[in-house]
Amino acid sequence: MQFTPRNAPFLVGPNTVSALMRRVSLALVPGILAMFWYFGIGVLINLILAACAAMAFEALMLRLRGRPIAPAQGSGLNDGSALLTGLLLGLCLPPLAPWWIPVLGAFTALVLAKHLYGGLGFNPFNPAMIGYVVLLVSFPREMTQWLPVNDLLGQAPSLGDSLSWVFTGAQGLDAYTQATPLDHLKTELGLSRTVEEIISDPKFGGIGGTGWEWINLAYLLGGAYLIKSGDIDWRIPGGMLSGIAIMATLFVALDGDAYRGPAFHLFSGAAMLGAFFIATDPVSASTTPKGRIYYGLGIGVLVYLIRTWGGYPDGVAFAVLLMNIAAPTIDYYTQPRTFGEGDDLKGPGHD
Amino acid sequence: MLWRFHGGLKLAEHKHESNRLPSTPVRLPKTLTVPLHQHIGLPAEAIVQVGNHVLKGQRIADGVDHISAAVHAPSSGTVVAIEPRPIPHPSGLSALCVVIDTDGRDQWIDREACTNFLELDRREIIRKIHDAGIVGLGGAVFPTHAKVCCPVVPTELLIINGAECEPYISCDDRLMRERPAQIIEGINVLMHALGTERCIIGVEDNKQEAIDSLNQILMLMDEGERIQVRALPTLYPTGGERQLIRVLTGREVPKGGLPANIGIMCQNVGTAAAVYEAVVQGSPLISRMVTVTGAGVAVQQNVEALIGTPMIDLIDQCGGYEQGVAQLVMGGPMMGFALHRDDLPIVKSTNCVLAADKNELPTRPTPLPCIRCGECVKVCPAQLLPQQLYWYARAKDFEKVQEYKLDACIECGACAYVCPSQLPLVDYYRYAKSQIRAQARDRIKADQARQRHEARDARIAREAAEREARRNMKKAALNAVGDDADKDSKRAAVAAAVERARAKKAGQQADSPLNPSSEPAE
Ligand code: SF4
Ligand code: SF4
Repeated sequence: MQFTPRNAPFLVGPNTVSALMRRVSLALVPGILAMFWYFGIGVLINLILAACAAMAFEALMLRLRGRPIAPAQGSGLNDGSALLTGLLLGLCLPPLAPWWIPVLGAFTALVLAKHLYGGLGFNPFNPAMIGYVVLLVSFPREMTQWLPVNDLLGQAPSLGDSLSWVFTGAQGLDAYTQATPLDHLKTELGLSRTVEEIISDPKFGGIGGTGWEWINLAYLLGGAYLIKSGDIDWRIPGGMLSGIAIMATLFVALDGDAYRGPAFHLFSGAAMLGAFFIATDPVSASTTPKGRIYYGLGIGVLVYLIRTWGGYPDGVAFAVLLMNIAAPTIDYYTQPRTFGEGDDLKGPGHD
Repeated sequence: MLWRFHGGLKLAEHKHESNRLPSTPVRLPKTLTVPLHQHIGLPAEAIVQVGNHVLKGQRIADGVDHISAAVHAPSSGTVVAIEPRPIPHPSGLSALCVVIDTDGRDQWIDREACTNFLELDRREIIRKIHDAGIVGLGGAVFPTHAKVCCPVVPTELLIINGAECEPYISCDDRLMRERPAQIIEGINVLMHALGTERCIIGVEDNKQEAIDSLNQILMLMDEGERIQVRALPTLYPTGGERQLIRVLTGREVPKGGLPANIGIMCQNVGTAAAVYEAVVQGSPLISRMVTVTGAGVAVQQNVEALIGTPMIDLIDQCGGYEQGVAQLVMGGPMMGFALHRDDLPIVKSTNCVLAADKNELPTRPTPLPCIRCGECVKVCPAQLLPQQLYWYARAKDFEKVQEYKLDACIECGACAYVCPSQLPLVDYYRYAKSQIRAQARDRIKADQARQRHEARDARIAREAAEREARRNMKKAALNAVGDDADKDSKRAAVAAAVERARAKKAGQQADSPLNPSSEPAE
């Protein structure tokens, strides 16, 4: 009898890219629900627009590049990476932003940041963050109009109002939008008020901003699931959150009136979303175990610096992109010790 | 105390399918095809001729150098051909085999049994191992005599590998259950030859019956002091030599070095049993335990097969193929290799014949690009960065591949197993390794050529310098002629010099056609 030989290993593990992307997308659900709870329907509109646009641009680019769009085995559109990029981008946008904001963001992310670099696996920068940053730099007004959380709003905008704001650009949204707590803190600190005075504003909750602390907690929950399932490496979020915490602790120790402590920073803005879902994008992150700690730490430190002294309210996107640049170098200098190399051959085991 | 190595995989074991039935011998085949190259090192050289009648156990080929092993007739019969035949090898190529038509009598040569091996000295034991053609039966097929004869430092610890960490394979398991005494006696012979007082048998804890059976014999023999059995956590690839040493001793064999460098020797349980048969019974290595398994075969079990038996005979004896058989693999599903036909002979390294259906060894889906997720890093027992190795191997940047220590890769396939992009990573590593080897060969050749070239340049330069020196001397002589002071002595010196030059010229002319470079230096 004749056979067609293949090469070892003949066993194929159960993990696939599409399953991985699916689990990461699923882990966003608690965060999405919390955002929905506090910011209303605008969050979902953003998500739907960004996700659909991302998938459409992915399909378009696969088509242009002559790749199968949706073959049977989780590649092409089925690998789930475009959907995830769309979701992450959507979550970073201010609720009730005009419809073209998520669409344009998805275009930048998928077409420019992903496919022009060679598609899945070849993008040096986090596509969702490129999309976000290009929007932020180009349309600062639209991108900084955040709704306050529902608790502070009294009455949430109706579905009809929301849709007409998003799709027709009807007037009246300005009456609702406000600076985010992070933004507010920075502006007010610039006016030489002390932290204590500033946080008496109802924008600030027990730990972070009102509502934001729960949103961050929800992302933390999703992130914990991903660490447990082994889909993300604890080193990146661990490094990033430590970076933020170390910096915040340091400065609050220097001057408690002018800086807020680690708890506030960890539970404000996009800290948890960034740590567990954005910095962990494997393609653009550092890939060695040690390197991932440095990579995370770097992002954390940069986030703090940008939040505190930079021109933008939150720094996650810029911090991630800056560390994307550093990732190849970090990888080069953080090769693990190969088995059988080094002096301590009696050590208790691998790190 | 046990240690751990980095990474590793928990795999579905699939050992119960084949390890429940006791082993049975395979019927004597009509024709035995015995390859001459069943070990690393150079192929053995045939010492029989077509037409010769051979007896069971008769040596039919001799090892040509130190790391080459003898080959024996697995049964009595007539040599009908010595020619290239297809053999089980990843390349799918043919190699020289001695083909024996068996006469059905299975008649042994006179065997030299030994009642008390303790009376033999180490040289005699090593000679017996050498003459029996024993090689590492775990799959590496390194000639055992070469390993035992000259460790760089005295062997403090003998490790017997009964881990059998690859799924499906259960031949060592059955051997440990059925012939524990042979294994222990083989170990005793090895310890005697090595002058070693300590031995650990490492067995994965999914083989409790094997562990019990060994312990029972140890107790009967009262050897529990010197020889210990350790149950190891079941984790692929614990049976890798370096991983096993790490788990049992906490020590790492230096990269590029051998276990012998740290005073440890590893032998497989099957090898130990073969050593017993060779030294105590005087039987050479002519058969081995083979697992016949996979959903593609009717009865999954272990068989004792003569070397040279066609694999299809094993399959037939196990009830033949089942519907849907799709792959034939020699070895396990992680490190074995696929065969393109089933009439290939059993060789010394055949531990398992895996006839798999489509579902148990599914075809690898079309790979996606590497997403740098690092799953491969988590499982790599060599503590490498498989994704970087892949990246550079793919780019054919072999220098970088070496910088990332490809040479430490044991090709266990753990990285490829977990890769969510289904990349055939090990294919890339094998390719890069072969390219690097080829480059190294080319470099050696180029170095030799350069050395020859440099030697020639140097010779030409030397000759030129010598000519120049002569010319200068002549010039000096002519100048000196006009000089009045000390005329006589100078003239005498010049005359002598001219004379010398002339004489040499004559001499040079005389031997120049034969030996242009033999000109003596002045
Ligand atoms: S497991 Fe596969 S996809 Fe992930 S880093 Fe390794 S090679 Fe790349
Ligand atoms: S095949 Fe090589 S690189 Fe891959 S896990 Fe095994 S040792 Fe590591």
